[in-house]
Amino acid sequence: MLELIGPFFRDLNDRTGWNFNVFYDPYEYGRFLAGAATTLQLIGWSLALSLVIGVLGAWAQSARSRALRWGVDAYIQAFRNTPPMIQLLFFYFGLGAFTPAVDMGGYSQPVISSFAWAVIALGIFGGAFNVEIFRAGIEAVPDATLEAAESLCFSRLQTYLYVTLPLAFRISLPALTNNLVSLAKTTSLAYIITVPEMTYVLNQVWSDNLNVPEMMLVLFGFYITVVTLLAAGLHAVERRLVLPGYGR
Amino acid sequence: MRQPAFQLGMARLRDGGVLRGLRAWHVAVVLLALAVSLAAAATRLGTLGSPSSALAALIDYAPFILRGFALNLAMSVLAMAIATVLGIGLGLMQISEAPLIRLPARFVTHLLRNSPWLVILFLVMYLLPIEIRLPGGGRIPLPDWVKATLAFALPVMGNISEILRGAVRLIPTGQWESAEGLAFTRGQTLRYIILPQCIRRGIPPWMNWYALLTLSTPMASIFSVHEAVSNAQASMEAAGARPELLLPFYLFLLCLFFVYIYPIAVWTRLLERRYAVR
Repeated sequence: MLELIGPFFRDLNDRTGWNFNVFYDPYEYGRFLAGAATTLQLIGWSLALSLVIGVLGAWAQSARSRALRWGVDAYIQAFRNTPPMIQLLFFYFGLGAFTPAVDMGGYSQPVISSFAWAVIALGIFGGAFNVEIFRAGIEAVPDATLEAAESLCFSRLQTYLYVTLPLAFRISLPALTNNLVSLAKTTSLAYIITVPEMTYVLNQVWSDNLNVPEMMLVLFGFYITVVTLLAAGLHAVERRLVLPGYGR
Repeated sequence: MRQPAFQLGMARLRDGGVLRGLRAWHVAVVLLALAVSLAAAATRLGTLGSPSSALAALIDYAPFILRGFALNLAMSVLAMAIATVLGIGLGLMQISEAPLIRLPARFVTHLLRNSPWLVILFLVMYLLPIEIRLPGGGRIPLPDWVKATLAFALPVMGNISEILRGAVRLIPTGQWESAEGLAFTRGQTLRYIILPQCIRRGIPPWMNWYALLTLSTPMASIFSVHEAVSNAQASMEAAGARPELLLPFYLFLLCLFFVYIYPIAVWTRLLERRYAVR
């Protein structure tokens, strides 16, 4: 890849002074790839965690236990109405101060890395929105469908697993798409707890090479591409899974 | 169809809307109590290491942090005002009939909506000059907090533009046609018929974006704008940079934002429900 695009960008730098060194310098190119990989992993893991939390939370909200419902309600309100950036700082610095560190032979390393804290914090933040989205989906499943399942001798759990969840998932998919895309954008915040993702890496590159406008353009282009692709993928899923008989 | 306020109130009482709101308030109280107790617990930890406790430090520095929070609020209000004006302009361009106006507006909206706030913040902070030189020799200084405010306004502007486009699209075609039948021009139709209806529909999402905007203002601390988070970090530094300070200080910041944003969120939900009545 570098052999293919390298000469063009080197030439561009020589002729115009536009220094896109992440596309011709092998060292900076390696940094760029590592940052891209970290960002994609961060997006993948936090979206996955937020989905798991969303499903579990929505299930807990329909539970009979009052305390459980209150707990989930408090969780949603607490995380929806506070800044995600301070949540990250709180998790990484506040709670991170209490997690033990392991001796790695000469230096000690905390058990939970900054990457893991970012996944946890972002997953919990996005999960708070997903719970409400899934809850709305579950409430939208028609009663007649559930009664039909009951008359077919489905147990409560079976009804939930085979009837409610698949339908609720499909009903809530449009809102879910929006939230997942916005969560993917929020992952750039992991920059502040020094996770070496794209924003952080390109910051280092432009501090080393003083090519701020060019790297800014790369950063902007990278996120626009990732977010557009993610949105397109989720919209494709949405179209495939669209419920017949709803909407247009 | 609109219903009298009294009937609406009764309906909400029946379906538990008001009660749900009350319960949510209880949650806020519980959270605050939790925060205070956690801070107290952290204080106890702190007393082991040093004579002055973490809670005492927090109380000492609270006015300083609150002064920073005032800047957060000022930035959010200012950014929202800018975003509203520019966003409505961009939205009107998006629904224009001339492709030469519509397509660029749509592209800009897409860019603004799909890039992370942090990336836009970096872009504006690094690429805007420190001051603007006027042709007459005058100079307008652009302090960091003003640049940050502009940066926060941009993504919200894109979303307000999209809210406007969506709201206009939801107006039945019959209204456009009957306005045309009454010899209204396009501008008159928009001004007197379409846009007034969009305001009602647009207010809940607009408030939602205000809340999101306010929740994003702490990002300005990356560029050492003296708002709540960087003031809190400076306070922790000044109080001896002890690790037991971290938990209560960040918890205090979270509570600060919660106390401001939560009522707005509840109010937004109430308006949403009221306007959803057909």
